[in-house]
Amino acid sequence: MDLAHLYETLSAAGSLSGWQDFYVKFYRAWFLNDRWLQYFQGLGTTLQVTVMALALGVALGVLVAVVRTAHDQQRPGRKNLILGLVNLVCKVYVTIIRGTPMMVQLMIMGFVIFSNSRNATAVGALTLGINSGAYVAEIIRGGLMSLDPGQAEAGRSLGLNYLDTMRFIVVPQAFKSILPALGNEFIVLLKDTSLISVIAGKEILYFAKSIVTKTYEPMYPYIITALMYLIMVLIFSWFQGKLERRLRQSDRR
Amino acid sequence: MIDVKHLSKSFGDHLVLDHIDQHIFPGEKVVVIGPSGSGKSTFLRCLNLLETPTAGTITFDGVEITNPKSEIDKLRRQMGMVFQHFNLFPNMTIRQNITLAPVRTGLMDREEANQTAAALLKRVGLEEKADAYPAQLSGGQKQRIAIVRALAMQPKVMLFDEPTSALDPEMVGEVLDVMKELAQEGMTMVVVTHEMGFAREVGSRVLFMDGGKILEENTPAEFFSNPQHPRTQLFLSKVL
Repeated sequence: MDLAHLYETLSAAGSLSGWQDFYVKFYRAWFLNDRWLQYFQGLGTTLQVTVMALALGVALGVLVAVVRTAHDQQRPGRKNLILGLVNLVCKVYVTIIRGTPMMVQLMIMGFVIFSNSRNATAVGALTLGINSGAYVAEIIRGGLMSLDPGQAEAGRSLGLNYLDTMRFIVVPQAFKSILPALGNEFIVLLKDTSLISVIAGKEILYFAKSIVTKTYEPMYPYIITALMYLIMVLIFSWFQGKLERRLRQSDRR
Repeated sequence: MIDVKHLSKSFGDHLVLDHIDQHIFPGEKVVVIGPSGSGKSTFLRCLNLLETPTAGTITFDGVEITNPKSEIDKLRRQMGMVFQHFNLFPNMTIRQNITLAPVRTGLMDREEANQTAAALLKRVGLEEKADAYPAQLSGGQKQRIAIVRALAMQPKVMLFDEPTSALDPEMVGEVLDVMKELAQEGMTMVVVTHEMGFAREVGSRVLFMDGGKILEENTPAEFFSNPQHPRTQLFLSKVL
């Protein structure tokens, strides 16, 4: 007996047993009218927003972290005025983003600043990227500062300039130590994409909600949404673990 | 070669170096000794500007390095430095540790740098470690690599900041042997150390520091047999 036929037979019947009830409701949440396609359409948007926001977040984060660290590590007596100004801008940025809720930021961006934009995906990616950048900046700054200062001193004492020392010595080591925190931030970002449904971004939760309004049955669409996020996070965690093991290569004795 | 005038350094209110005047001549092996907290490491670190002096000037080969406009990266290439805690780069193999600076600063091309690294490693008996990572080496081996890494830049002077203080007693000898060999080849050296035997044997001049001042300086023979300053006498009576 095929699935659709079973569904029609059961939904026409009067009283249903436990598993029959489950089957009918799940069928409505997933198979009916090819609704599963909507979840995957939402998944596409989710991944798209995540990748764009990640790129923006990492770019902003690296920039802000480098400015903040470079400012704090200036040789005394050689304070750079422009660097001081840029550093101040970075500090304000981090303070505002960390001090306000993600959803409020989304609503301000979606309904105030870009109220005329109809591209919720782009606005969502922009907002999430700006938000993530502030956290990534602090993670990177923490990594750069936690490294033994002797490492940078050794690089500089060999005559390498500041940028080369950062690029070949400090950053590769800092990257290894911040990878767990960075992975965590990526997971948060991935899950925060579900918030863009409040500005009508068409990601997974948006479609789940619209299915709920049609079936009056919230349980299955939301659980399906949760499972889709969980599976994505599990896949990502697996890759992260692999990368961490590879970077630990130089620790072997 | 290195001329130090009225060098002072303070961390906040704490005066670590108090108006030091000193001249280091080419080929000299200057050994700096003194109790901990006397400012000897800070003095050494000021010489290549890892610490920025509060006052005074340092001139290296006729260039005033304390001038903010001086190209400090270029000057540092001519001054090798060896640290107490080795500070090898753990993310690179030994060969990469040695060749990074010569290649990046344009001193050598990759091929030449690899040959230099191989020759230097052979000299300290560690040629088979070229592809190992620092974590796989003993302390003494790490410090020998650190010396080699500094030498690869073909410096005119080598600065040693307590190079054997973090080593197991068994490994001190192998590092000192490398340093002695270097001294015999005529390298100009400034060595902060607690190894009195090394100071006596290798040093051409001994500086005794305490309280941010150089209290006494003399040839090793005179310094150890006939110390003048009471503080020196007290220090030597405790360590010898």
